[in-house]
Amino acid sequence: MIFSGTTIRRHASWLALLAISVPCRGAAQEISKKPPLEFLRTETPAGISGGRLVVSLSAEPKTFNPIVLADDASKIVVGSLVSDLIHINRSSQLPEPALAKSWSVSPDGRKYTVNLRRGLQFSDGHPLTVDDVLFSFQLYLDEGLHAPQRDLLIINDKPIVVKKAGPETIVFELSKPYGPGVRLFDSFAILPRHLLESKYRKGELGQAWTTAAAPAELAGAGPFRFKQYVPGQKLVLERNPYYWKVDQNNNRLPYLNELVFLFIANQDAASLRFQSGEIDLLSHLTPQNFASLAKHAEARGLRLLDGGASLEWNFLFFNLNDNKNLSHEITRKQAWFSSIAFRQAVASAVDRPGMVRLIYQGKATAIWGPVTPGNKAWLDAALPQPGRSTERARQLLRDAGFSWDRNGALLDSRQQQVQFSIVGASSNPERMSMATMVQEDLRQIGIHVSLVPLEFGALLHRILDTHDYEACILGLGSGDTDPNADSNVWLSNGETHIWNLHRKSPSTPWEAEIDDLMNKQASEPDFEKRKKEFDRVQQLLAANEPLIFLVSPHVLVGVKSKLGNFQPVVMDPVDLWNVDELYWKTK
Amino acid sequence: MNKMQHHKLFLLTMVLAVLHAAVIFAGFVAPYDPATQNREFAFAPPTKIHFTNSAGQFTWRPFVRSSKGDEVGHSYREDTSELFPMRFFVHGDRYRIAGMSMSVHLFGVDAPGRVFTLGTDSFGRDVLSRALYGGQISLLAGLVATAITLLIGTFLGGLAGFYGGWLDDAIMRVADLFLALPWLYLLFAIRAFLPLQMEPLQAFLVLVVVIGTVGWARPARLVRGVVLSARERNYVHAARGFGASDGYIVWRHILPGAAGVIVTQAILLIPQYVMAEITLSFLGLGVGEPVPTWGNMLNALMQMSVLQSYWWMIAPALLAIPFFLGYQFLGSLWGEQVARVKP
Repeated sequence: MIFSGTTIRRHASWLALLAISVPCRGAAQEISKKPPLEFLRTETPAGISGGRLVVSLSAEPKTFNPIVLADDASKIVVGSLVSDLIHINRSSQLPEPALAKSWSVSPDGRKYTVNLRRGLQFSDGHPLTVDDVLFSFQLYLDEGLHAPQRDLLIINDKPIVVKKAGPETIVFELSKPYGPGVRLFDSFAILPRHLLESKYRKGELGQAWTTAAAPAELAGAGPFRFKQYVPGQKLVLERNPYYWKVDQNNNRLPYLNELVFLFIANQDAASLRFQSGEIDLLSHLTPQNFASLAKHAEARGLRLLDGGASLEWNFLFFNLNDNKNLSHEITRKQAWFSSIAFRQAVASAVDRPGMVRLIYQGKATAIWGPVTPGNKAWLDAALPQPGRSTERARQLLRDAGFSWDRNGALLDSRQQQVQFSIVGASSNPERMSMATMVQEDLRQIGIHVSLVPLEFGALLHRILDTHDYEACILGLGSGDTDPNADSNVWLSNGETHIWNLHRKSPSTPWEAEIDDLMNKQASEPDFEKRKKEFDRVQQLLAANEPLIFLVSPHVLVGVKSKLGNFQPVVMDPVDLWNVDELYWKTK
Repeated sequence: MNKMQHHKLFLLTMVLAVLHAAVIFAGFVAPYDPATQNREFAFAPPTKIHFTNSAGQFTWRPFVRSSKGDEVGHSYREDTSELFPMRFFVHGDRYRIAGMSMSVHLFGVDAPGRVFTLGTDSFGRDVLSRALYGGQISLLAGLVATAITLLIGTFLGGLAGFYGGWLDDAIMRVADLFLALPWLYLLFAIRAFLPLQMEPLQAFLVLVVVIGTVGWARPARLVRGVVLSARERNYVHAARGFGASDGYIVWRHILPGAAGVIVTQAILLIPQYVMAEITLSFLGLGVGEPVPTWGNMLNALMQMSVLQSYWWMIAPALLAIPFFLGYQFLGSLWGEQVARVKP
């Protein structure tokens, strides 16, 4: 689960990347004295080595530390720096070997035996062993570090037990069978013990691997490694010479020598720089820019790809945090926010089809739950999709003890005028437009709303740390199509239970039921049963509206025609998921 | 001042008066409420006003036709089956002028017809209505900020010029400091210290006070110069000889001499401060949605697609140009007159 500052789009099918594990002598000779690396060979058409790829990033990464990252930009960057044991192929959406060459599951579904590739090295040349795997999972499981992925490792309230079972073998013991199976391993990057252990012992791990870190302090097993960071301008990654994949011709991947991220907050500016050729690849295009770029695409050597509905969902939510440090003003307003009828009234007053039409020019889909039509396997088709109705909104408010003064302003039961502010990311004009439309929609039922555009980093700080906001419009992009990937949002003690963070126990009966259902589906190997359980979660969310779901935009990407092996997908990262295989057709 | 100049001055004043009246009585002149969203008319181009009917005959009463866009609100087409004659003094959205609630508008068409003289924005809000209402905020900001600046400037400049000595030095050094400050960045810095969430009225007041307060140095210098030379004149010495108090001398003999300078400054400062409001709101630091100002309306043009496709969104700028030009000409005419009149 990631916070997305921008819009994401998905693309349909793509030649399945079949990965097989073969020892490859030719390339392995580069490394002397080490056991030969058991390479993974991809089946993608072979490309040409060399060149650099320049990509636009809408925000600066906040950190390179996989243990603490929560924002979109950091996630994209870190995705190219690290690798996991078993990886979900973003195109086929199925798990495939990565740092692990093979695995097996015990008959009772509670024990995974994972075999590590032999001869692996981090990007600084240091060997990657079972001890690094054990160390990494120790970090993810450490309660004090608050890793966002930690929830995924807690099954049936018990953390997964990670044990060494041989020089290249690790055993993961689960207290119960795990529904999504080995998909679990996808979001857990293997981290270098030799660089992080001393910091961890000193309790400074949260401050490690910031954007101010020196390149030598960082190492991963991803296709690229950190080279240079220029605050406010760019981030340069260079090819990791120790990467563990080869192409059909046994050439070591990645093909590209450098991967450059330019920080361009404004999408129009990014679009212009893409048009002028300064940027090679631009995802998160606005429908307007997509249309204007498409006009002369062929003449400029650009390809514009529309991938249909994404996994991103935009929503409005209220601050329901139960926190003693909140201002008196916010706690006073929480009396309204915590009323289900109030939230349902707001939900029935908002004009979703209007947002699709006016903001996205039809290139988005209205949603009533967190599963977008892009995720066909898990969407609850029976979820009610009530249309906009100010009458219903008024009825709900009236029944909940609200009234209106003679100017039509909404008053609560203590005769205080109902008004609140909505914060949103100023870098995202679509979401600010949604806020403007919500403002007008709520004016129709007598609620006065003011808008506060904030820089995205400052916005996240308010939502996650200080809780100093009243309502917010945000977007989340599901990291996986499997619902378990979002459990840190739905579980009441989840690290991203965004409307009410850091709960020890559920605050409401329906949150308790969601906790129960999410835990149940997590240990249910049968898809049909899991589907039924998650459908119920979707229904509870739709009925109680902790998040008021609005729209899901389509995946729109622009790329230079000369970039080989490029295909956008629905899962994040929509564009750089196969960055190790991208190449320039001509130099 | 010769006859020609008198004529020019009169014409200019009239043009400015008409523009100001249109903005002050925006509720009456504008056909619609500035915040009302007509979601089926997003980015509708300016409504065509017809003088000839479908048979090609001229009609004295112009009319408009309803138009319809495609499903995403583009490529608007006129529906020729129905026509809506334009009328004066029609009833429409309620508005307030000087505390009175009214609903009569200068012009309009009968529902369900719509007349968007300058098109609509991304939410289908009437651009003309927004530009007129927006002018209220932008112009008022200019006027109030100018008043604040001149009050502070005249007071401090007068003080420095009249008493001289260390007071003069102190005030003028502070003035130098203010002149040296990059005012736009200063405004950013001040805005950053203020709470993020402010009601539009609060934001407006803060903006005006901030703009007005930082600009006092230049008028203070000019007033100081005038006062400095005036206080050495014989009639001032004579008045002093008769035992006149400082207050009397300043009020009776010195300020009248400085009046020309102050008025010229006012004429030059108003458009400058309107521009300051436009700049800040354009950058998203001024008055927020849904209250229109020229600055936040022009903010929409930051989006490339809007700039490329919807030319009518530039309307607030087109409205601001005659204001600025008018004030500049008025300023130079006044300046000439002030230079000609010997104190």
